[in-house]
Amino acid sequence: MTEESLLLGAVAYDPKVVAIWTGFRHWLREHELPFDYVLYSNYERQVEDLVAGRIHVAWNSPLAWVRALRLAAAVGRTVRPLVMRDTDRDLTSVVVVRAESRIGRASDLDGRSVGVGAVDSPQATLIPLAHLAALGVKVEVRRFDVGVGLHGDHVGGERDAVRALLAGEVDAAVMLDGSHLTFTREGVLPRGAVRILAQTAPYDHCNMSVVDLAPADLVDRFGSLLLGMAYEDPAVRPLLDLEGLTRWMTGRTGGYHALDAAVELFGFYGPRGELVLPEYSP
Amino acid sequence: MTRHRVDLAGLGVDRGGHLLLRRALAPLPLGERLQVFGHDPALRVHLPAWCRSEGHRVESPEPDSESGLVAVVVRGEGHDGRWAGAGRAGSGRRGEVEKAPPARWGLAVRGARLEEGGPEPYFDLDDRDLVWAKVAPQLYAHAAARQWDPDTAVAWDEPFSTPPDVEAAVVQVMTYLVENEQVALVVPARFLGRVHPHFREVVQLLAVQVADEARHMEVFTRRALLRGDELGSSSVGGRASLFTLVEETDFTTSSFLLSVLGEGSFVNLLDFLVTHAPDPVTRRIAWLAMQDERRHVLFGVSHLAEQSAADPKLRGRLRASIERRSDALRDTVGLNADVFDALLLLSAGSWHPEEIEAGYARVQRLRHAMDEGRRRRLERLGFPADEAAALSALHTRNFM
Ligand SMILES: [Fe+2]
Ligand SMILES: [Fe+2]
Repeated sequence: MTEESLLLGAVAYDPKVVAIWTGFRHWLREHELPFDYVLYSNYERQVEDLVAGRIHVAWNSPLAWVRALRLAAAVGRTVRPLVMRDTDRDLTSVVVVRAESRIGRASDLDGRSVGVGAVDSPQATLIPLAHLAALGVKVEVRRFDVGVGLHGDHVGGERDAVRALLAGEVDAAVMLDGSHLTFTREGVLPRGAVRILAQTAPYDHCNMSVVDLAPADLVDRFGSLLLGMAYEDPAVRPLLDLEGLTRWMTGRTGGYHALDAAVELFGFYGPRGELVLPEYSP
Repeated sequence: MTRHRVDLAGLGVDRGGHLLLRRALAPLPLGERLQVFGHDPALRVHLPAWCRSEGHRVESPEPDSESGLVAVVVRGEGHDGRWAGAGRAGSGRRGEVEKAPPARWGLAVRGARLEEGGPEPYFDLDDRDLVWAKVAPQLYAHAAARQWDPDTAVAWDEPFSTPPDVEAAVVQVMTYLVENEQVALVVPARFLGRVHPHFREVVQLLAVQVADEARHMEVFTRRALLRGDELGSSSVGGRASLFTLVEETDFTTSSFLLSVLGEGSFVNLLDFLVTHAPDPVTRRIAWLAMQDERRHVLFGVSHLAEQSAADPKLRGRLRASIERRSDALRDTVGLNADVFDALLLLSAGSWHPEEIEAGYARVQRLRHAMDEGRRRRLERLGFPADEAAALSALHTRNFM
């Protein structure tokens, strides 16, 4: 490289990721930001590289953000969320049971089986399971590990959990509120087939994490360019549509407590961000 | 206090409730609040999820099962921006076309509201002066109304008898016609996809023209094989003449050579068959094809006459195209001798010398009528009479 570029890491959870970041790269360079990106197959390597300064910013899952905080603190670095999508704020997860089931309250799930997404899914595993645990409910977890290492970006695990619920293989299933809406619209969840038993408090999802090693001027410029992307702009709109937002918002740290608590509860990461869970191998 | 409210009753966001929400939110200014009522059991979960994806915010009030208030939605900008710079792809009014529609209008309906951005397909025939004729909408309507079914429009089993030689002459003429119809189909079909869709009626007209030619190929083939199973001959000269039409990539000169000169002469030929063909089936199909061909000629003449009036240099280009074609065909023999003889015999109806002489005179009259027609159309395009006569004489001896 002849000139220093701002280097972003993103996880290739879907082929469209290439189109998205190639599009952003083109647009950002047109706006005179030297910018490039690298793709990772999973979030763990990405976040390790972020804290090591091998990349400057990382398009992080919430779980990757939680780990970044731990990894950075352990080596005396800091990370911060530069921006996030408007669609990444105040998500919730729901626990559903079959409509005819006798389970009427969350506490009735005690000792019952619950279908969840992949081991590393914040929305379909970690947060809702911690929510049940906080209610004092002990459940038997049936995991549907699809796309491990992608931190739940792959919706396959949620789908499989729902199918298992409808097939009577589990007593309950958990999913993102938006997935519940999608599954109902698609008919994966037939009308009237399930009942929503519980809902978590709102939490935040992805953010654009920056490490303090990154060149500050480039980071500032990157942040203000993203925040200035207007949905009205036909050159920008296809990128925003593809990435699923209507505008970028300033990052905030307040929406990750529930996930951090869940990581602590299940010992998903060690205090210094170590990968300690034996069944987690991205 | 919030005044705006929408009641979804039992309707969920998953089953169309989003339409009511969108309709209620659309007129509200940014930041205005909308109370949402409803009793779908999943509404409390779906509403915030929907709002998030649409760029609106939700304020959750204390659950109020008595009033059915589910949440208060704060109007965000959401996807409004999609239509921020949207203009229209021209006017929707009948027959109103732009001089130079931009490439980005390409795949939108003329007059539609156009989201900015998207592909810019290149249709090279995008100049009103080149492709448009004021009569195009009318001609298209006329053409669409006069489509006929080859199976029912012709009494294929009507009894008739022709001497074997005369029948063979009919088969030869039919073979020649099908060969020509094939080219009359391929040539507009190639331009069809190059015309900017803004000129919708021209695209439609060319499409119907292609369909017309497909029917012509069908009926002439069917007549050729009505009494036997062998077709006539195809000469190098005929195919060379047709090939110069297929090779022409310029829309203006192509429609000049094919429609104004070729199909124009073809109309005379069909008219000849309507009068002189020995059997009712041939007379009928020639008449049906002639009606269609007149339209093809009319469109060619109309848009070229408009273009010629606007661009005085056009006639020079047209003249050059006839001369070029004539040069290219210099070394060919022109009309298939078999076709000429077949026309003669077909109209004579027998080998009797007097009938043959009469037939010969008819074919001479046909050539004369063709020449006269070409001159008349050339004059409509603004050529002076003497030049029109000279150019008509240069036209291919193959008729088309
Ligand atoms: Fe024809
Ligand atoms: Fe024609």
